[in-house]
Amino acid sequence: MRFKDANHLFRLAAVFAAGILIFLLARGLLVPKSFGQYGHFRGDALAEIKKQPPHYAGHEACEACHSDVLEQKVKGKHIRVNCEACHGPLAKHAEDPGGTTPEKLDTAKLCVRCHEANAGKPKWFPQVVSADHSAGLACAECHKPHNPAIVAEEKTASAAPASPAGKGAKK
Amino acid sequence: MNIDRRRFLVLLPAAALAWEHVLAGTPEQASNYNTSEHWWGMLVDIEKCIGCGSCVRACQQENNVPDGYYRTWIERYRIKEVNGVETLEVDSPDGGKNGFPNDTEPGVKQFFVPKMCNHCADSPCTQVCPVGATFVSPDGVVLIDEKYCLGCRYCIQACPYGCRFLHPQKEVAQKCTLCYHRITQGLTTACCENCPTGARQLADLKNPKDPIHEFLRTHKVQVLKPHLATKAKLYYNGLDGAVR
Amino acid sequence: MYPNEIELQWSVLIVLYPFLTGLVAGAFILASMERVFRVDAVKPTYRLSLLTALAFLLVAPLPLQLHLGHPERSFEMYLTPHRSSAMAMFGFVYLWYLMAVLVLEIWLDYRKDIVLLAQSSKGLKRLFYRVLTLGSDNISPGALAVDNRVGYIVTVVGIPSAFLLHGYVGFIFGSIKANPWWSTPLMPVVFLFSAMVSGIAAVMLLYMLLTRLRKQPIDMRCVDTVARYLFYAFIIDFSLEMLDLIHRIYEADESFRSLDFMVHSKLFISQIVLQIVLGTLVPIGLLAITQLIKLPELARKRIYWLAGSLTMIGIFAMRWNVVIGGQLFSKSFLGYTTYKMGFVAKEGLLPAIVLAILPLFILWALVKLLPPWAKQEPVAISRASAAGFAD
Repeated sequence: MRFKDANHLFRLAAVFAAGILIFLLARGLLVPKSFGQYGHFRGDALAEIKKQPPHYAGHEACEACHSDVLEQKVKGKHIRVNCEACHGPLAKHAEDPGGTTPEKLDTAKLCVRCHEANAGKPKWFPQVVSADHSAGLACAECHKPHNPAIVAEEKTASAAPASPAGKGAKK
Repeated sequence: MNIDRRRFLVLLPAAALAWEHVLAGTPEQASNYNTSEHWWGMLVDIEKCIGCGSCVRACQQENNVPDGYYRTWIERYRIKEVNGVETLEVDSPDGGKNGFPNDTEPGVKQFFVPKMCNHCADSPCTQVCPVGATFVSPDGVVLIDEKYCLGCRYCIQACPYGCRFLHPQKEVAQKCTLCYHRITQGLTTACCENCPTGARQLADLKNPKDPIHEFLRTHKVQVLKPHLATKAKLYYNGLDGAVR
Repeated sequence: MYPNEIELQWSVLIVLYPFLTGLVAGAFILASMERVFRVDAVKPTYRLSLLTALAFLLVAPLPLQLHLGHPERSFEMYLTPHRSSAMAMFGFVYLWYLMAVLVLEIWLDYRKDIVLLAQSSKGLKRLFYRVLTLGSDNISPGALAVDNRVGYIVTVVGIPSAFLLHGYVGFIFGSIKANPWWSTPLMPVVFLFSAMVSGIAAVMLLYMLLTRLRKQPIDMRCVDTVARYLFYAFIIDFSLEMLDLIHRIYEADESFRSLDFMVHSKLFISQIVLQIVLGTLVPIGLLAITQLIKLPELARKRIYWLAGSLTMIGIFAMRWNVVIGGQLFSKSFLGYTTYKMGFVAKEGLLPAIVLAILPLFILWALVKLLPPWAKQEPVAISRASAAGFAD
């Protein structure tokens, strides 16, 4: 095999080599700089994901200002229900309390989301058939949402089952 | 890259975030989040789930999840057994977002199973991504780099739990991020924050003082599809054998 | 169904893609029959097989690009390929097969023709051929002997490369443990043999068609041999598919009931009727008849046309059943969904049809630019000249 006869193969090899070179150059330019920092991914992605602004402030943010509500809640079962579970996402309000006013909630629709009777719910969970339970009254007519247990007044003459003035006030 | 430079680079985004808080006048909220100190998981307690759908709604609000797709959802299992023969019915109307209709048929075992990304330590979805757009973070959260994803949908096929989907507008893969933007700031996930019964709780498996971590050590828990050896970190307490 | 499973992820375009790469692999294997295994009878189809493979290989990435959410980012597979992902490795296997096998082999085999054409043509065509010569016009016997030797090596390397090109598609499905319809070690092998079946059938049909169009007599010795190899490949392919089926029925693991119901209901037409009966059993039967009974030439031609066409339908149905079938059932084994295929949509039937026909246009252009056979009078001449290999 003479060199002259294989000349075209060398030309082809040169074309291939040029192609590979261009590829390597492009790769050096185009691969994101933070790629491979922590693993086979763009390291900057972690920071970008962390930057997503939360819509829920978290109950601690609420309790920082609304400690009076917290005082009520610790007395009852709803202590385990966080504020925004009922009040909705309020990070904006936590950041700018004066600027945004959270919506007033309609207990006629709100409470049944959890407390409507359903055979799938665990038996220990308080649930009612709302149609039979309150004769059409909204839940807040009798229950205080932040401390929902209805405690009968002792010793006093007041007939109101749960006066707004004081929950379970005992004399 | 030596360890110090790595630590510095990990701390850098946290420091930037901290500075934002300083500028906003709330420096006490600035976090010094160190990924190597955390290994995230979650506990779901079937005995406590009431199927109210608060978690699904909260996740949708927190993460702008498009309608018809779910980063988390609830399934209702209704198991009827007659003379040893079981019939099973599973439904998830709108992902359980608005709760479930009542089924009062007697003799049916019913319960709710919340589902989400299992944040597998040996995740089959990150294994198949052709470009490294989805990955397991150093603190154990499976995340998606939306700027890098091609939308090939291979990861969606590879997930045994059905927790991924393609965002209809962004055309990239999406799934539960364990609210990474929240847990790295000391908050809990949106679903855990909003669960009224504490059926969903975040767990830090590297923190020996984490009460959920303690729960996992003292209770009998399971993961879904253990035979696939995904090393899932979503633990279920009270999981019925019929759950798929 | 899990709520996110209701919408199918991979569409008819992803059915088309393994069909196209399968044709590439099959056509190349037929070409290697002559080059490496010295089956002289199929020599008339040698160059046609290579051009067919090239035409389909050029179109193969297009359904993928249409499917991607961000096709503009597809180059990322070359920049940061994830080595644990079969899909990432595709980019390099494809490039290797295209450049280092197919284009190289075509160039080496056609080089003499290219040099001659560069000298004899005019205008834009002349420029095209001149570029292809890479500036070398050495077609001395010594140079051609070098080409022949190197071409032989390229074909030898090309056979496992072709296996890799299409086998990896099978592996893309076969390695997904989440999906029991896909997850089997047999998947790459089944894909490969069905690819060979479809590729050989495609070249057989194209050869018969083009020869008719050129008003030349069909070389029956060639076509009979091609049909025989088609028959052998079919036997192996069918055996593998039956093995998978029998194994599933026998072991009857948790997924079986759900899959069995799916095959009998949603996949009945595409699997039982199109793939198994019309697409496999009937062609095997027809080809068996031609192997066992000595039939006149016209009857054999008609049988080859019919068997070849049914084969193409059957193998497409097989890809459909794997890709679409794998997404119709829930991973909970408790439900099913439906595939809503659009027509004029990004991933609809119309783009699929266009992309399926496009390689034929490209092949037509390739046949015009790089004629597989020498121009000749419609008169019976020696077989070697008819095949276009003037020595």
